[in-house]
Amino acid sequence: MALLEIRNLHATVDDKPILKGLNLTMDRGEVHAIMGPNGAGKSTLSYVIAGREGYEVTEGQILFDGKDLLEMEADERACAGLFLAFQYPVEIPGVTNTTFLKTALNAVRKARGEGELDAMQFLKYVRGKAKPLGIGDDMLKRGVNVGFSGGEKKRNEILQMAVLEPTLAVLDETDSGLDIDALKVVAEGVNALRGPDNSALVITHYQRLLDYIVPDHVHVLADGRIVKSGGKELALELEAKGYAEYVGAEAA
Amino acid sequence: MAKNETIGLTLAGAFDETSLRLPGADLAWLDALRSQGIESFRTHGLPNRKVESWRYTNVGALEKHGFAPQEEAAPLLALPEGAALAIEGACRIVFVNGRMRADLSDLDALPEGIEAYSLAEKLESDGELEDLIAPASKERDGALAALNDAFMADGLLLCIAAGATVETPIHLISVGVPVAGQAVAFHPRNLVVAAKGSRATLVESHIGAGEGAYFSNSVTDIRVENGATLTHAKLQDEGAQAFHVALGRVRIGDDAVYDNFTLNRGAELARNEIHARIDGTGAECRLNGAYLATGRQHVDNTTVIDHKAPGSRSSEVFKGALDEKARGVFQGRIVVHRGAQQTDGHQLNKTLLLDRNAEMDTKPELEIYADDVKCSHGATIGELDDMALFYLQARGIDMATARDMLVSAFLNEAVEELRDEALADAFRARIEGWVEARHEVQGEKAA
Repeated sequence: MALLEIRNLHATVDDKPILKGLNLTMDRGEVHAIMGPNGAGKSTLSYVIAGREGYEVTEGQILFDGKDLLEMEADERACAGLFLAFQYPVEIPGVTNTTFLKTALNAVRKARGEGELDAMQFLKYVRGKAKPLGIGDDMLKRGVNVGFSGGEKKRNEILQMAVLEPTLAVLDETDSGLDIDALKVVAEGVNALRGPDNSALVITHYQRLLDYIVPDHVHVLADGRIVKSGGKELALELEAKGYAEYVGAEAA
Repeated sequence: MAKNETIGLTLAGAFDETSLRLPGADLAWLDALRSQGIESFRTHGLPNRKVESWRYTNVGALEKHGFAPQEEAAPLLALPEGAALAIEGACRIVFVNGRMRADLSDLDALPEGIEAYSLAEKLESDGELEDLIAPASKERDGALAALNDAFMADGLLLCIAAGATVETPIHLISVGVPVAGQAVAFHPRNLVVAAKGSRATLVESHIGAGEGAYFSNSVTDIRVENGATLTHAKLQDEGAQAFHVALGRVRIGDDAVYDNFTLNRGAELARNEIHARIDGTGAECRLNGAYLATGRQHVDNTTVIDHKAPGSRSSEVFKGALDEKARGVFQGRIVVHRGAQQTDGHQLNKTLLLDRNAEMDTKPELEIYADDVKCSHGATIGELDDMALFYLQARGIDMATARDMLVSAFLNEAVEELRDEALADAFRARIEGWVEARHEVQGEKAA
């Protein structure tokens, strides 16, 4: 059984059709990349998968681990092993990063039938995950993403991913706004999670990130549909030629 | 002026008879003060919507309930458990329906540098309080302050000795006990003098014991003398049908600090009003607070800060959450008088509406008569941030818990204004308690 199966997905935002019959199948342990021009529906796809309100699915189906994802609330999806790394991580003043991570981890652990971690166990666990990402105690004590630089926010997303250990991580333009060093740290975080049971769907505009997170499959998303799929060499081809060919297809 | 004769009639009660039995009835100056009070109240009646400072708070229900002055002390054997703020090691002074209860208090364990008395006893034993009890309430203090003048019977007289640094917090616990068949009103009058260079903390818990209506109408006069620092924190968690009106009149001297925090979460109607007058240069006045209301609760925070001396600072942060059909009011006035140069005054009021039926009225007012000042104010009224809720949910946190986290976080920003960590923790616990109770109610509704 495929880990993720998207069939003929149509979705609208404010009654405007954005996804227009998208099909995608991912197997366990695979890394897929979705590339596409601006406005193709990349972020919409990630929000629909994660379950954000206001993104209405009008047709089609998403199966995650055989379960009907669209029937689940956003928190149920996360508890089932889905993770979205946000393109624009949200600042939450007054909630410390530690409290946030602990509440999230214990919710997910509970759903998995594992016991909750106490404060000491949690701190030890989270420090182990934070260190390779260059996240110190000061960032853990601060309000969630409050006053974080762009790079810090993205590293914080990866920390959350590392803590929650999802079976499928969707990365929505995680590379945007990152310099090359931050990009490497983020990529290492994602690669560390790769395994026979952990998959990633990397959504990006640029090929650059894929030098560090090497995908098994690359798809081109244009005008709400996957218009081409291939191996990792497709990313290089897109980098060389751009999206003109696909944008053109749209206009035609 | 023609007044509605019926308004406030019960509240004024049989003053002529009652006043003869009040403590200190034989003191001429007190008799004059009380008579002036009742006359003023009878003339003006209860404040109505035409009185600007009472525009958003309707106290007409006070008359409907037929509240009358309390003459007998209400019986209470023990403090209701867990109702007052949890302040470790505090020295407790307990009042029941406005009357001091020495048997429930720690009066024999007062910390060094503190003198505390029952106002009633002091009035009976010596009459030398004329200088301390402020002159008759002025018009701007409102008709209910005049009513307090008329019926003041007891209260806390607290003196902090010059130069004393008192680590032990003084905890005034006021318990409202409804009396069957009576709508009890009590009018506590508290006097606090923080003498030169002293440092102390006064905490108040206003709580209820038992079901039923009662009306607490207190006036607290506070002097913070030169170089003194007074931290003054209050929990208003009165019974569900109670009415709570409190006026604090504060005078702040040179380089003195008055640091106030109030959490309102109880009572059917609560008005917490503070008039702070900064008389001294280099003084600091901080008025902060949080308010939580649900059902049909009404909560009003009204503050007036008068900057009368140069180089003083004031700051206000009030944050609240209103659920169901609750109504909130914030009125914050800052007056910078002529000559009060280099004044630094900041005010912020933020309210979270958790229900479409909740309502908030906020009215900041700056009046500035000096030209070298820094003043600002801000007010926001909003809902929980959808994107923040989605972010928390996307990490596995269920909607109800996510909402709780955001509400607590919002309110805790006001609590962070408290400089004393132990106090902040005690208030945080009360806010968490409210959020959890709300969570359960929401859960039952959903079920």
